[in-house]
Amino acid sequence: MTPIAKHRFAMYWASSCGGCDISVINLGEAILDFAEHFDIVFWPALMDAKYADVEAMDDGSIDLTLFSGSIRTTENVRLARLLRQKSAVLVAFGSCATEGCIPGLANLTATDDLIATAFEGPSTDNPEHIRPKPNWASNGFELELPALLPIVNTLDQVVEVDYRVPGCPPETERIAEVVALVGAALDGKATLPPRGSVLGAGHSTVCDECRRERNVKRLERFSRIQALPPLQPDLCLLEQGLPCNGPATRDGCGAKCPSAGAPCIGCYGAADGVTDYGARLLSAFASVVDANEADDIDRILDGLPDPVGQFYRFSLAGSLLRAARTPRQQAALAGVAREVAQ
Amino acid sequence: MNGSAETGFEPVILVFTCNWCSYRAADLAGTARIKYPPNVRLVRLMCSGRLDPAFVLKAFESGADAVVMTGCWPEDCHYRIQNVKALRRFELLSRVLVGLGLEPRRFQRVYASAAEGQQLADAFTRIVEEVRMLGPLDWGRPARPAVAASRVPDRPELVEASA
Repeated sequence: MTPIAKHRFAMYWASSCGGCDISVINLGEAILDFAEHFDIVFWPALMDAKYADVEAMDDGSIDLTLFSGSIRTTENVRLARLLRQKSAVLVAFGSCATEGCIPGLANLTATDDLIATAFEGPSTDNPEHIRPKPNWASNGFELELPALLPIVNTLDQVVEVDYRVPGCPPETERIAEVVALVGAALDGKATLPPRGSVLGAGHSTVCDECRRERNVKRLERFSRIQALPPLQPDLCLLEQGLPCNGPATRDGCGAKCPSAGAPCIGCYGAADGVTDYGARLLSAFASVVDANEADDIDRILDGLPDPVGQFYRFSLAGSLLRAARTPRQQAALAGVAREVAQ
Repeated sequence: MNGSAETGFEPVILVFTCNWCSYRAADLAGTARIKYPPNVRLVRLMCSGRLDPAFVLKAFESGADAVVMTGCWPEDCHYRIQNVKALRRFELLSRVLVGLGLEPRRFQRVYASAAEGQQLADAFTRIVEEVRMLGPLDWGRPARPAVAASRVPDRPELVEASA
C-alpha cells in the first residue's frame, strides 16, 4: 500500500485562552480521520515546535493554518506574519482572531493602567513597583520578552486573511465541516467560497435558529436575569425583558444559550452584511423600547447598565472605532502604525 | 489648550438632515442669506429614522469632530413616528459613545421644522463653537495599523471563481 500524500496542517494560538484548540481536539474520534489526511507540522498547544522550524519551511507550504487568538504582543505580530507567509490558506479561527473577543475589551483602558492593575492591584504585593520589561539580563544572559502593543488587534488588521471561522470557541461540528471542506478542496474534489468568506457558520442570525416563540416586541424595561420572575420556557428571551444578543449575532451555534434559558451574548460575531456589530444590536434593542419621550426612553435604557459591554463584548477590537478614546490611549494610538510596522 | 483661535483648529461637523424639515430649514437659511459657519457638512437623508448608528460610528472613524442628528419635531414626522425611533437609537448610541470616552457635546440632536432656518443656523453656530473648545477628536485615523504586505501565496485552483 502506497502512503497517501498528506496535506500539511498548522494551528497557532496568539493571545488566546486555548479554548479554540480544545474545541478542535473535541473532534474526538474524528481526529483520527483528520490525522489520516493531514500532517500536523506546527501546533504548539499539542506538540513541541520551534519557530525556527516554521521559518525553515517553504513559503506557502502549509496547506491549512488555523490561527486563533488576538494580536496583543509583538510576538503575535511576528507569528501572524510568519504563518501568513508559509500558509496557502490562512484562517482567522475563533472570536479573538476574527474580532478581538474578550481580550479586546482591554481596548477600553490605557495600557499603562492595565499593567498597573495587573502588577499592583489590591491583591498584589509589589513594594518594588516591578513592571514587565522587554529586555532583562540575568547571569550574563540577555533575555528578550515580547512587548505589548498599545491596543489589541484582530488578525486581519495585521495580515491578509483568507477565511474567518467565528465563535468563542467555534462549535466542534462546524470545525469538522471546515476541515473536511478544505481537505476536499486540496484533493480537488471541492472548491472553497470566495476569499474573505465566513466558514463554519450560517448567514443569518441566532434568532433564526432559536426555537423560542417570537412576537412583536415592546419592552417597558430591560432586566437582569436574577431580577425577573421564572422565565417562560418557550417565549423569546428579549420579549421577557432579558437583553439577548440574538438579533445581531451570526447563527451557526445552534442557539445553544437561548435553548438553555441564557441570553445570547454574541460570541459568533456579526451576521452577514453588518458593518458594526454594536451598531446593529443597539438598533435592535432601541426598536423594542416602548416609550416616545426622552425621559421615558432613558428610564428604560437604564436597564442596560453596561452598554459598551453589552454591545461590544466580543467585537470591540474589530469594530469601527476599535478602542475607547482615553487621553492616554490617544497618545498611544498615534504610535500603533509605527510599532506594528516594525 | 487646543480650542483657541490661535491654533487654527477648524472642526469638521457632520450633520444628518431630514429631507422634509431640517434640510429645508438649511435651504431656507441659504436663500434668506442667514450665515452659519462652513465647518458644517450636511448629509441629506429621507428621515432621521434612516440614520443607522453605523453611519455615526463611520463618521467618527473617518475623522469627524462631531456628529449632529437633525430632524422633525415630535409629532411632525413625515413618516408618522420614525423620528421617535431615531430618538430611541440616539439615546442608546449616546450611552455607548460616552462609554467609549466621547464627550457628549460631540454627538447632539437638533429639531428644526422647514420654517426654522434661523434657529438651525443658530444651533450650528453654537455647536461649532462648543466643538472648537473641545479640540480635535482624531479618533479613527491614527489607530489603524497598515496591513502587512506579506506575500499571500496564491492557490487560485482552490477557490471558486468569483462571478
